[in-house]
Amino acid sequence: MPDHQEHTGPRENGWEPTIVAFFCNWCTYTAADLAGTSRLKYPPNARVIRVMCSGRVDPQFIVEAFARGADGVLIGGCHPGDCHYVEGNYKTLRRMALLRRVLEEMGIAQPRLRLEWISASEGEKVARVIREMTESLRTLGPLDLPGRRRRWDAEVTLPAVAAAPIQELAAQGR
Amino acid sequence: MTEPSKPQVAFYWCASCGGCEEAVVDLAEDILGVVEAVDITFWPVALDFKRADLEARPDGSIAAAFLNGAIRTSEQEEMARLFRRKAQLLIAFGACAQLGGIPALGNLWERNAIFRKVYEEVPSLTNPEHTYPEELWSSDGYVITLPAFRDTVRALDQVVEVDYYLPGCPPTPKVIQDAVAAILSGTLPPRGTVLAPDIALCDQCPLKESKPERLLITEFKRPHQVQIDPQTCLLAQGIVCLGPATRGGCEALCPRGHMPCTGCFGPTSRVIDVGAKMTSAVASIVDATDPQTIDAILATIPDPVGTFYRYSLASSRLRRRVLDDRPAAADAEDAG
Repeated sequence: MPDHQEHTGPRENGWEPTIVAFFCNWCTYTAADLAGTSRLKYPPNARVIRVMCSGRVDPQFIVEAFARGADGVLIGGCHPGDCHYVEGNYKTLRRMALLRRVLEEMGIAQPRLRLEWISASEGEKVARVIREMTESLRTLGPLDLPGRRRRWDAEVTLPAVAAAPIQELAAQGR
Repeated sequence: MTEPSKPQVAFYWCASCGGCEEAVVDLAEDILGVVEAVDITFWPVALDFKRADLEARPDGSIAAAFLNGAIRTSEQEEMARLFRRKAQLLIAFGACAQLGGIPALGNLWERNAIFRKVYEEVPSLTNPEHTYPEELWSSDGYVITLPAFRDTVRALDQVVEVDYYLPGCPPTPKVIQDAVAAILSGTLPPRGTVLAPDIALCDQCPLKESKPERLLITEFKRPHQVQIDPQTCLLAQGIVCLGPATRGGCEALCPRGHMPCTGCFGPTSRVIDVGAKMTSAVASIVDATDPQTIDAILATIPDPVGTFYRYSLASSRLRRRVLDDRPAAADAEDAG
């Protein structure tokens, strides 16, 4: 993957955690809007991606975010029972339960993946969760998988360029 | 003697079990047709050629080299580079060369942990002198060397550029024959293609029709724990089958034999990361909505990484286990 597509990883000084946040259109994204219009203050570390439903968050998106340099991934969906699509958030709950075990075995610390139910009226919760997560990632330090890959590859003579699967998918119009 | 007009092909193995070599032999009488059309110029497992013979050849003089096995040692890496130079087409043969395969599950550990396990801790071993393999050793004025054992297992294309991939553990005779025919007739698809149909295994599965509209599972079972019903979709029986995320082309050999797919043909082009995709597919069919019951049902899958990434860990987005993802303070505490 070309370097310019990756988060550059930790700088010597002033490293800041990067959180990729997937927020559902109907609840958490609206709550984030509310947090903004209410002028609530929270750290600027989350990069929010709006999805129609937390159930749209494929575990592949999450490993891709980590692989490209995210320090944490936050998923925000409607409270159980409130899903606009009836049961999308239950699917997310189940997927995250299994993905957590996969990530644990892959040595990725548990606070790096967080799932929160945040309704449209809970702007304050958006601010609090992002605050808390930023703090816990700061304690944990950088994950920096792009940098780790380079260090892992230092043992081979000439590391090959890894493919960039996201573009391949985009090219297929999916 | 060699007819110079025949294209030259080579076979080689890296970190593999030998099953891929066996797959070539499994062509049975059909191998005679292959041998009629090509000259096998290098095949250490079957014919007495040495590395020096290969080094002496002009660059690009081999039409196609079929490499099986993952890259674990410095020697395998050197051989991969050598073949890349000598061959016009470099073909990753089988799951280990394509994706890392079973050897890549070693990426859950690193070199020292593996050595400690293998040379000290296995119950059947006595090693009172704590002898470990050394890369360099001299004895009586002779210097003996061994290849370096890497921390991380790699797929072939993580070390050199690969032209085509032949999937499978091992590739089936049909897949091999189709590939050989395509090479000989010059009808190869674009470079980088996996030489098998780009459809999910479920499409070729004879049990497809029995898959219910909605799968709901309250307990996952492993094949030895149940009498498998040969008429019903394996996932519907609660058996983890990797069909949904796996490329077809094997014609569903395992489900036809009443065993679940373990994913050896690797992903279709629509799947980025087999393990994450299967995590998604399997978790979605869990029949529960509260966290405790969900965890209890998922606990019936004892080894998610070994199950979902069985052949693909090296080529997954995460590639290997991160060994030190914890605060620096925790390291200090451990040391103290």
